[in-house]
Amino acid sequence: MNFDPAKMALEMIENREFNGHAGRLGVRFHAMGENWLELALPYSEDLIGDEESGVIASGPIIAMMDVATSIAVWQRIGGFAPHATLDLRIDYLRPARPGHTVIGRAECLRVARSISFTRGIAHDGDIDDPIAHVAATFMVPSGTYPRIGK
Amino acid sequence: MKLPPYAALLEATLERAEDGTPVMVMPFHPGVLGRPGFLQGGAISGLLEVAAIASLRHALESEGGGRIKPINVTVDFMRGGRDRETRAAGQITRLGNRVANVVAFAWQDDRDRPIAAARMNYLIERD
Repeated sequence: MNFDPAKMALEMIENREFNGHAGRLGVRFHAMGENWLELALPYSEDLIGDEESGVIASGPIIAMMDVATSIAVWQRIGGFAPHATLDLRIDYLRPARPGHTVIGRAECLRVARSISFTRGIAHDGDIDDPIAHVAATFMVPSGTYPRIGK
Repeated sequence: MKLPPYAALLEATLERAEDGTPVMVMPFHPGVLGRPGFLQGGAISGLLEVAAIASLRHALESEGGGRIKPINVTVDFMRGGRDRETRAAGQITRLGNRVANVVAFAWQDDRDRPIAAARMNYLIERD
């Protein structure tokens, strides 16, 4: 398999010339396993959604999980395929702790012909005490997903 | 209405519709870019969230205020967000004593052709 999720994440979010939304949020690659990967969203005052508590808004967590689950699909098929997020659902289990980096772990459950299914967990240090749970589906705009790997 | 720092990161500002309800406006800028020429889905989701909370704040003003905590959000992406101004507004389906159900839509040229919609549940802690 030539596809490297870490390299993909670097190209997508850490390329200063490209510098898109995930880059503006400060999202970074964190870790990966055989069938999962993690991105990290360091705490920043720019991200605050509730000034009283200093808790970050949920938008940046959605943005990170959207990117993480998207890369998880490419990790599963072993290559890049352009696709669009069809829907993303997030459950907020508890507020992220101010000052803590949020880690987003994503995995792909299945890649069908043109739709892929993913899930993810966001936590701030202990994956057994998650901040949020995410389910996202993606769709290729035309045609089907390539059968590169499995 | 004071907007949070995250709204400033999105460069989103508040407009009022004729009936006084809040509408968020976000210009296209590199900080909300996804794939070249398109908005990132997370930036659209963030704008929908800011719009939903603004609509709730507006509705709660006449009821003595309260704290708003997100329970969950489901975002449907209908069209790619292009390189132009985006607007978003929330509609409160029900504002209960403890829970609020809100839908929010984001659009660009035509309000009747939304680029994304979100359904959100919020926990309300009344003052």
